[in-house]
This record gives sequence, C-alpha cells and structure tokens, in this order.
Amino acid sequence: MGILEVKGVNKRFGGLQALGDVNLSVKENTVHAIIGPNGAGKSTLLNCLVGKLIPDSGSVMFDGQSVLGRKPHEINQMGISRVFQTPEIFSDLSVIENVMIPCFAKRDGAFRMHAIETVESEKDIVEMAEQMLLDVNMQDKRNMHAGSLSRGDKRRLEMAMCLVQNPKLLLLDEPTAGMARADTNNTIDLLKEIKAKRDITMAIIEHDMHVVFSLAERITVLAQGTPLIEETPENIKGHPKVREAYLGEAQV
Amino acid sequence: MFGLNQKDTKFLLIVVALTLLTPFLLNPFPTDSAMAQFNAGYPALMQRFAIYGLMAIGFNILFGLTGYLSFGHAAFLGVGSYSAVWMFKLLSMNILPAIILAMIVSGLFALAIGYISLRRSGIYFSILTLAFAEMSYRLAYSVLTPITNGETGLQLNLNDPRILDGAADTSSLPVPGLFGMKMNSTYTLDIGAWSFDFNVGFYVCAVIAILGFYMSLRIFRSPFGMMLRAVKSNQQRMNYTGLNSRPYTLAAFVISGIYAGLAGALLAAMDPLAGAERMQWTASGEVVLMTILGGAGTLMGPVLGAGFIKYCENIFSKINETILHSWFSFLPDSLESVVVWFFARFVGEGWHLTLGVLFMLIVIFLPGGLVEGGQRIASWWKNRGKDEDSSNQPAE
Repeated sequence: MGILEVKGVNKRFGGLQALGDVNLSVKENTVHAIIGPNGAGKSTLLNCLVGKLIPDSGSVMFDGQSVLGRKPHEINQMGISRVFQTPEIFSDLSVIENVMIPCFAKRDGAFRMHAIETVESEKDIVEMAEQMLLDVNMQDKRNMHAGSLSRGDKRRLEMAMCLVQNPKLLLLDEPTAGMARADTNNTIDLLKEIKAKRDITMAIIEHDMHVVFSLAERITVLAQGTPLIEETPENIKGHPKVREAYLGEAQV
Repeated sequence: MFGLNQKDTKFLLIVVALTLLTPFLLNPFPTDSAMAQFNAGYPALMQRFAIYGLMAIGFNILFGLTGYLSFGHAAFLGVGSYSAVWMFKLLSMNILPAIILAMIVSGLFALAIGYISLRRSGIYFSILTLAFAEMSYRLAYSVLTPITNGETGLQLNLNDPRILDGAADTSSLPVPGLFGMKMNSTYTLDIGAWSFDFNVGFYVCAVIAILGFYMSLRIFRSPFGMMLRAVKSNQQRMNYTGLNSRPYTLAAFVISGIYAGLAGALLAAMDPLAGAERMQWTASGEVVLMTILGGAGTLMGPVLGAGFIKYCENIFSKINETILHSWFSFLPDSLESVVVWFFARFVGEGWHLTLGVLFMLIVIFLPGGLVEGGQRIASWWKNRGKDEDSSNQPAE
C-alpha cells in the first residue's frame, strides 16, 4: 500500500480522453518519476492530485484519505507540497518572508487572524525559516527581494518553501524545464541532498531523461492518458514499449 | 514601545506630533497677507484632512496590501453617516454611541458585500463593489426613504427623542459633543499677525485618525499583514502553501469597511446630516485617487494623498478670476487677460482639471505616489556631493 494511491482515474476534456483508467501507487520514501511524451496526460494527472482538477471517475487516496473534491490549501494541509514548472514564489516579498509564510501555514492552519504581534516577535517561526535557508545555502540572501533572485535561486527558494513544511509528499512538475544544463545538474544535486537528509516521498513529472535516471527509484511511463508500465530505471531503459511511445522524442 | 520596533515608534511619534500641530503647520501665512488664502488651517478643512486621511488609511489596508481595488467604499462611508445620525436622533448627541454603531453597521455591511464580491478578483471584483455601492446609493435615494430621508438627507429635528439626553431646551438644534465638549467650539490663538484655530472637532478626529494609523501600522508589521501582501504577490502559491486566501481578503475588506464607516460617523459628528450623495461612485473614486496619489501600500501615502486632494478641492476652488487679475496685474493688459484666462481654467470650478493633470503627472513619473517623490528627494539630499552609490532601502 503506497502513500499515494490512484485508482481508475478518468478525465475527459470534451472529446479528448486526457486520462484513461490511470492506476498509480507511490511508495513511502521513494522517488517516483512519471514520464511520457507531450500530451500523455502527466500534467492533468498532477492537477488531479492537488485539487486543481476533479477526475470524472476513480479515486485518489493520500495517506488513507481521499483528496477528491478538496481545495488546494486543504490538500497542502494534508501533507502534499507542490513545486511548479516555473517557480511560484512571492516575488514582492523578501526571501525570509517567503519561507516564513509556509511556516505560519504549517503551524496555524489555513487562516489565523494574527494582526497584533509583529512578524519578528514570532521567534520560533523566524528560527525555523532561517534554519531552512541555511539548509539550502541561501542564508546570505535572507533579506533580498525574492523577485530579484536568479532563476536557479528562485527554484531553490521554492523548494525551501515546500520543504520547511515537512511534507509527506513533494510533487515536482518538471522542475528543470527550460533550464541550462548546469542549472539542471544543480537542481538534481539539490534534490539528492534533500532526499539524503530527510524521509520524504517525491513524485516527479519530467521530460528530461537525464534528470529521471539520476533521481528516480520507480518510473511510470504514461502514454495517451494510460500508464504503459511501471518499473525500475534499469528495466525502463531500452524497454520496447517505452521506445515505441517515445519514438523520435528522446533517446531512452 | 507600543509593541513596535524603534524605527516605527519614532515614525509614529513624528506622525502624532505633526497631526497635533496641524493648526500651526497649515497656517503659515499671516492672516492679512495676500498669501492667507493658501492657509488651510481652518476647522472644517482640518477636520476633513483627518477624516478622509482615516478613510484612506483603511482603504490602503485592502488595496495597498492585498491589491483588491474596491470601487464601492463610499457605501460604507454613507452607512456610517446614516447610523451616526440615527444615534444622534434616537439616543444621544454624544458621539461615542454614534461612532460605535457606525463601526458595527458598516462592518456587517462590508461583511455581506465582501462575502459576495470576493468570489471574484481583479476587474470583476472592482465592478461588483461598484455595483453594490451604486445600488446602495439608489436605495438610499429612493426606496429606503423612511430610513435615509431620500433626497433631502437625514437631519436632526427638534422633536427627536434623544432618550439619554433628556428634555433640553427646544429653541435650537443640539450640537454633537463628547461628554460636554461641543464639536464646533473653537479656541482662536492670536500671535502677532497670525491666528491659529484649535477646534474640538478637529482634535477628536485627529486622535481617532492617529489610533487608526497606529492600528494600520500594527497590521502592516504583523503576520496577518504579511499574508495580505502574499495575496497580492501570488495567490496561487498561497493556496498551494496551505493558506486559504478568501478569509484573509474578507478580513481586510471588513477592516477597511469599518475604517470607512468610522470616517462616515465622524463626518456626521462634525456636521450632523447624512445625504445619499455621500455614497455616490465619485466618492468611492476619490478615495482610490487619494491612495494612489499618495502611494498605495505605503503607510503615510494615503494620508498625504487625502490631504493633497482635499487641499486642492478647498483652496484651488476658492481662487477666482479677480484674484488672478490681482496676481498678474504687473503684466501688460493684453497679455494679462490671456494669462488670466489660461489659469482661470485650472482654478475655481476648474480645480478638477488641476487635480487631473497632477494625478496624471504623478502616476506617470512617480508610480509610487507622493511617498516615492519624498523618498527620491531624501536620497538625493543624502547623496549630494557623495559619489558612492547608495542601495539603502528607503523606509516605507
């Protein structure tokens, strides 16, 4: 029984069957990659997991509870954090504030009217956020405007914002899309480092085979909305079905 | 001090000092000099500075922090005024119950409108609030005449019950007061050629405005204020961080509605009548202009913007062609009449033109409003004669 169980999920947009009978099981403390050519339904599947889309049928269970029909903030409170394709951060706020906001969300829940005390007086939150910045090597950028960070640092900050909540499951939507090779390698190192330091389950949606084979322990191949196979990286390489799905797309 | 850090405490004390010294600061010219018409230190105008400053401070909590642009805040101003006048009619001429009821009623009203309007964001939210405010205005004007007295406006009457005040003399209308201090009583201090007016009403408004400013300062520095800025910055990230943005925006909306209701109550306390035109969309637009002109999202900006607009409204509109002729009398006659004709478009009735031009200039060249202008001057002043680049963060 995995921490995330997707059973028989269907999603249709008009005449297009985006997801057809998807079954997926992500085991605790593993890195599970979901790969597939363009239009395979990877992003649709992810959006069904975080509450942005509601599947037409099927069930999505996280940690023994259904996530269907819940709002994104409720799903986050259950322990799922999400990293976006382009880093989504609070660009008008400082770096430390960016990390403090998820700390508040974790401690106080979806809403709390704490309008009297100052932000600085919340010693434990400040401490937690500073420790997190130290973990991702951004302590020297503490008071910078988040919008002025480099793209790599924005990604790093977004990861920090997710990790400071200690999520049970971290969803990554093409974390290296549009990155230069050096940045991609940095991101891979960062993710490996994170995985080595703490118990965390990750589900990665990715296009870049280099990233997938460097990180994943299990790989699900999605094609035309249906999972083709689920295997270890060694067995995926050169698998005829995968080759067929990717023909001309990338070297597998 | 006051739960603030040293810098903010200093800032607050400066604001308090400036507010309390307003009667001096706004009357820099001797009474008999030609410049005396630029003096703004008379009670009615000073009261308005404080009241509209208070309203803009509240509006800024919504617009400046969350970025939700409401075009309907005049509705809360009007509701506050009506509630206050009803308290004067039914209960007492003391302004305290009037202020309390106005805050409660406008808060509830904001809760209802905000609950519906905040289902949408951006332009749709603005349009919804505008629609609600226009609806309130029309209702106050016609259907709700028993409560609002329609076109005439709600006024005091000699035979109002005023339960707590008991039977007073019935020869003249009573004046709102605070435990015996009448709002319209003024002490005039003459020093040489200058004269300064100290008005009870102004000081009541000023103290309340300072309290409002202090509350807004606390909100700006609190985790709640940080969440509101997060709403403006990236609502998607906020939701995926486990925060529900809706109650945060609703709370900001209600708080700013209460500020507006309080301002409405003070308007009624200074002059106990309430008319429907107070809820018209132009009044809503005015507070938007004040906030943007002064600098949305800054602490001081909205107050400066309110002062700026009210000053233009009251001072420029007083200048007429006769005054212009006396200014330009040194010019040859033919030239004088041309110059006077030109400037006459911008004063008197045409003060809106001046305001419009200034507004455009400020929005184009100083997107951060008057506060940004002040910061630029301050940093220029600091760096004059120095070569090293300064990247010091300007204060809010």
